[in-house]
Amino acid sequence: MSSNVLRFTTAGNVDDGKSTLIGRLLVETQGAFEDQIEGAKRENERRGGKGIDFSLLTDGLKAEREQGITIDVAYRYFATSKRKFIIADAPGHEQYTRNLVTSASNSDLAVILIDARNGIMTQSRRHAFIAHLLGIRHFIVAINKMDLVDFRPERYEEIRRDFTNFIDRLGGAAVYCVPISALEGDLVTEPSERMPWYKGPKLLELLETIEVDDEQHKLHFRFPIQLVNRPPASPEFPDFRGYMGRIASGSIRVGDHVMVLPSRARTTVTGIVSMDGPLQEAFARQSVTLTLADDLDISRGDLLSCEPHPPQVRTEFKATLCWMNERKLHLNHRYVLRHTTKTVRAIINEIDYRLDVNTLERQSPVTELQANDIGQVRIKTLQPIVCDPYSVNRLTGGFIIVDENNDTVAAGMIQEN
Amino acid sequence: MNKEWTHLRELESESIYILRETVAQFRNPVLLYSIGKDSSVLVHLARKAFYPGPLPFPLLHVDTGYKFKEMLEFRDRFTKEIGARLIVHRNEDAIAAGAHPLKLGVARCCGQLKTAALLHALDHYQFDAAIGGARREEERSRAKERVFSLRDAFGQWDPRRQRPELWSLYSGAIHEGETMRVFPLSNWTERDIWQYIVQEHISVVPLYFAQERLVVRRNGTLIPADDSAHLKDGEVPEKLWVRFRTLGCSPCTGAVESRASTLEEIAEETVSAKISERSTRIIDHGANTMEDKKREGYF
Repeated sequence: MSSNVLRFTTAGNVDDGKSTLIGRLLVETQGAFEDQIEGAKRENERRGGKGIDFSLLTDGLKAEREQGITIDVAYRYFATSKRKFIIADAPGHEQYTRNLVTSASNSDLAVILIDARNGIMTQSRRHAFIAHLLGIRHFIVAINKMDLVDFRPERYEEIRRDFTNFIDRLGGAAVYCVPISALEGDLVTEPSERMPWYKGPKLLELLETIEVDDEQHKLHFRFPIQLVNRPPASPEFPDFRGYMGRIASGSIRVGDHVMVLPSRARTTVTGIVSMDGPLQEAFARQSVTLTLADDLDISRGDLLSCEPHPPQVRTEFKATLCWMNERKLHLNHRYVLRHTTKTVRAIINEIDYRLDVNTLERQSPVTELQANDIGQVRIKTLQPIVCDPYSVNRLTGGFIIVDENNDTVAAGMIQEN
Repeated sequence: MNKEWTHLRELESESIYILRETVAQFRNPVLLYSIGKDSSVLVHLARKAFYPGPLPFPLLHVDTGYKFKEMLEFRDRFTKEIGARLIVHRNEDAIAAGAHPLKLGVARCCGQLKTAALLHALDHYQFDAAIGGARREEERSRAKERVFSLRDAFGQWDPRRQRPELWSLYSGAIHEGETMRVFPLSNWTERDIWQYIVQEHISVVPLYFAQERLVVRRNGTLIPADDSAHLKDGEVPEKLWVRFRTLGCSPCTGAVESRASTLEEIAEETVSAKISERSTRIIDHGANTMEDKKREGYF
């Protein structure tokens, strides 16, 4: 089932035309308005440019323009009759790994921009690697600036082959390639007379039609409890006790047997309550309130699971960690770990290796991780967490580390034992 | 998989999750209720999130004294209807001193009647989280806004101190004196808002619907010619078919020419709109941008 919302991340090197591409997508799908386009035009003319510089549409904060830096992931929106699109746009320079990890964590697809003149460079490989690490299994490779290589099909073919080989090395994913000129508009939303040899869909058509085939639906039922709902007695609900949460994966029907974790208590779902009336069934991604047959001691941080396939309950595990803060990782330091709706104390007591994100080489021994480093670590938690490996379930396998300043210093992915 | 799973259901579900996280993680949250369409959607989502329970937080309206009377009538009727607890907070000192955009300039007027009043209310009631209806699509500097947006003890926003938000993990940890702004509608667009209002039969202030109204043209904006506009010399009000795309204070909210008088017609008009909704808000124009105002503590 394809979702009606496609969340995708965009990655590319500096100067590869990413802002131009996003600007064009927004303008040509009416995701940008005339007054905003006018503003971008005026700004360009003030700077001595001519006409519309699409990249000015997506330019971020004044603080960034003044300091010539990009701080953050920016979110952009557009829609066609087929889908709503949410772009998590990661900037190309500073803090790259951190921003790409963040934007990829919530995306189902990555658009990787490649300058046709340069082909696949170290940075492109790094982008693809990080997106793949975060669980993205759909890649659109937009081979840009085809006008600067005379629209030669050999160049397109060469880059397509290189990229596919690289993804195969990472473990495989669906790869779709499209040759474009973001600046001149070829094959973005409009056809191109200059590349008659390309018979495939235009970039926008790819975005509209690729089935991201939401994996979360096919997985076992996981329901992290956010809150317990105990409203004052009313005629309709004299003694109501409901469990509120968003279904992380799988589905649930009234009458299903469920297991509460970590206690392993068993009970049955008696109702799915909503303001629009009772439901018989609910699915991954739905925010619902469940009622249960037994009065059990259940609170925020517990998880309801289908009975035959419960997740793991663990206090020690291996994880891939992306460090995101200027203050580096301290071994055996007390951190706070947030996972699903659970918050626990944790220490990181060992670094197995650090990954060179450019060469994919494992470096060890290492004693520290710094901002934008990725490594494999061993973690111990004070209370158990209820989890699945990230490779199986992104929502019950991902966590963040928070330090005593309340800064989110790392993102982690739980590994299989 | 559920065939009814539209983009609106996805957005709704995500927003409900965020509202519940706010209640779970904060001691004393409040919902900033501006009476506009986004606030109406936000309140609707909050009712769904905590059903069959009551709203677990009060609604706070920062009243500048320049809100349209239709807005205030709607506010009082609607909050009573749904049994919500409403707090109205005003910067009485500034209002008594006669704060007006034509006198103070728009930026200073907003600073006193909105920002100062909001910060004072948060402090007075000791709210630690303020839920707002802002959307990332609305304005350029909002595109990088977090769902949980940290403000320091002075209510100010520092882009460098914002936390990365991964998966659906929102960290609400704050130090003494700091507060959080929470934006459950971050991923909604104006188009989504109207489609959802139609789908859910959400009631909104009648000012959104087109009718003949008295307006004056000022710097290319159609300003309603009621008392609070303080007509300048030479300005002649005219009667036009107009409606409001966003609602703020009457001296600073421009109308757009429109014949859309039903929810369906508004939703239709929004889909084909060529100009952004914030273009009618004078607060966004000029040297003092939305970004500057946010830094100072503006919503």
